[in-house]
Amino acid sequence: MDYFSMLMEDVRMREGLKACMNCGVCTAICPAAEFYDYDPRQIAETVQSRDNDRIEALLKSETIWYCGQCMSCRPRCPRGNTPGYIIQSLRYLSQKLGFFTNSEKGRQQLALKRTIGENIMRAGYCLVPREIDPDLHPEQGTVWRWIYDNDRDIYPLFTSSYRKVGAGALRKLDDQTLEEIHRIFELSGGKELFDLIEEHSDHKAREMGYDGATREYMMDTFTKNSSEQ
Amino acid sequence: MRRSNWEDYQKSIADDHYYYGRSCIRQNFFPGSEKAFLEILAKELGRDIYDDPLHSSCTGIGYHSDIVPLDTIMAVVARQFALMDEAGYENFVTSCITSFGIYTEILSTWEEFPETEERAAKTLYEATGRKLVKPKNMAHTSDVIFHFRKQIAEKMCRPLINVTTGEPLRVVEHIGCHYAKIFPKKGIGGSEFPYVLAGMIESWGGEVVDYPERRHCCGFGFRNYLVQANRGYSVANSQKKLDSMAPYRPDFIVCNCPGCSMFLDKWQYTIAEMEGTTYGEGGQGIPVLTYEEMAGLVLGYDPWQLGMQMHQVDVEPLLNKMGVQYDPTTKYLGKNGKYIGKPAAAAVNNCNDVGLYEIKV
Repeated sequence: MDYFSMLMEDVRMREGLKACMNCGVCTAICPAAEFYDYDPRQIAETVQSRDNDRIEALLKSETIWYCGQCMSCRPRCPRGNTPGYIIQSLRYLSQKLGFFTNSEKGRQQLALKRTIGENIMRAGYCLVPREIDPDLHPEQGTVWRWIYDNDRDIYPLFTSSYRKVGAGALRKLDDQTLEEIHRIFELSGGKELFDLIEEHSDHKAREMGYDGATREYMMDTFTKNSSEQ
Repeated sequence: MRRSNWEDYQKSIADDHYYYGRSCIRQNFFPGSEKAFLEILAKELGRDIYDDPLHSSCTGIGYHSDIVPLDTIMAVVARQFALMDEAGYENFVTSCITSFGIYTEILSTWEEFPETEERAAKTLYEATGRKLVKPKNMAHTSDVIFHFRKQIAEKMCRPLINVTTGEPLRVVEHIGCHYAKIFPKKGIGGSEFPYVLAGMIESWGGEVVDYPERRHCCGFGFRNYLVQANRGYSVANSQKKLDSMAPYRPDFIVCNCPGCSMFLDKWQYTIAEMEGTTYGEGGQGIPVLTYEEMAGLVLGYDPWQLGMQMHQVDVEPLLNKMGVQYDPTTKYLGKNGKYIGKPAAAAVNNCNDVGLYEIKV
């Protein structure tokens, strides 16, 4: 099957790409286009071309990982397209096919899976205070470090359930709830995607001279930015 | 385009009996805001709202980081709707803009592509034995505060007025991209003239500041913040907004989205430390509030009980302008009144070197 047809199996692509006239309004409003050499207009044009080679190059590129999914493009497009949705479909396919490891930005998916993904599996939330390490988040500032160091004295001011089962903020979810979330991930393709990210990352890491998708490899994807070197 | 075109962008907001969905970001960084919202609804407005211990993350941050597939997040959301129905509720109110965008997108996708709803319902049943029942009403928590803004104004004891000058406080409002850019008709005022926060500010005596980059993203950008190597994107976009608003001399910023509240606060710290630039008066930062904190202050709540000591940019300049009687000696006390030390000083903190904060209880 050609890549365009594979992309069109995703409802977000059917919703996001109708007929782009290449006006560039999306690029004018795009925060990623201000920061990176990025042009959502060209993303729509490339996919719309149905050129298999060009779409494969896109799936392997740095480019598709620049978008911040703010969706500022969506209400602006005069033709009802949503480049942000096109990006979501491209990224999903890039991971399914293992192409994401071809790019530095794509390889970061391992770090996202091991932080946000594993938080969801462990705690049922995308982030929890103990996982926001001030050493990895210096931008969080001095007050966050104070909170992090004193969490058991500060959070109970606002919740009776800090790290305990029950109603209230920052509760611990009960075992059955976590089991239900795990089963949903198993039956809906969530776990399969996690496993694919690990598998393709491990293969790429070995190709790059690491001993597999180790913590060292993951931390390198998390911290290194070759455009700054 | 005239503002009157957008006055049609109103929505129905349920008046009572809410099922409450917590936010990953808000409960981490602004737990006092979630507490205040529940207290305002129950105690000030006499409304029924249920905080369900079985409710989990919507997984939206994972979805927008592309590690959670669409079918997976749909089934997670289907579980939340099932829990709402099992608890006897039909009005869903969520404390997060990312979640609000997720719920509106999924409900719309289920309408447009019914096979996706069938798949979600089937996965839910097979995984949990639960039955998908969609909500009758979907709102963000700020929609609910907006809905009751006039009742809150009737109980107001501290309007958004500078007590020294008698002038309205000048407020920058930021509604967050996923509140109305994905489905403009699901947000009060749409994405061009959003009124959800502006309506609160006007009702409580303040003045809304218009500025060029008012609609620009705060810079979160999901993977562009979550991965350390990409954070230049995030801080650069926040800086663009801060540079744009600073000449209008806002007294404070109020945000709809917990992520935006956090980023506009923390990136001020980062920019000050990296470049020495500060955006507020007297070399200080611009205080960044959640709308729950803004509502709590006008209702007379104590700022430390609202959790405002958890901000990086100190809020005292705003409290002083509003005439809030706060006790500086209790700012850094933990549970049971225990003194737990204070954060290290930073350029955007202006009160940290005041001896009062050293008092140990």
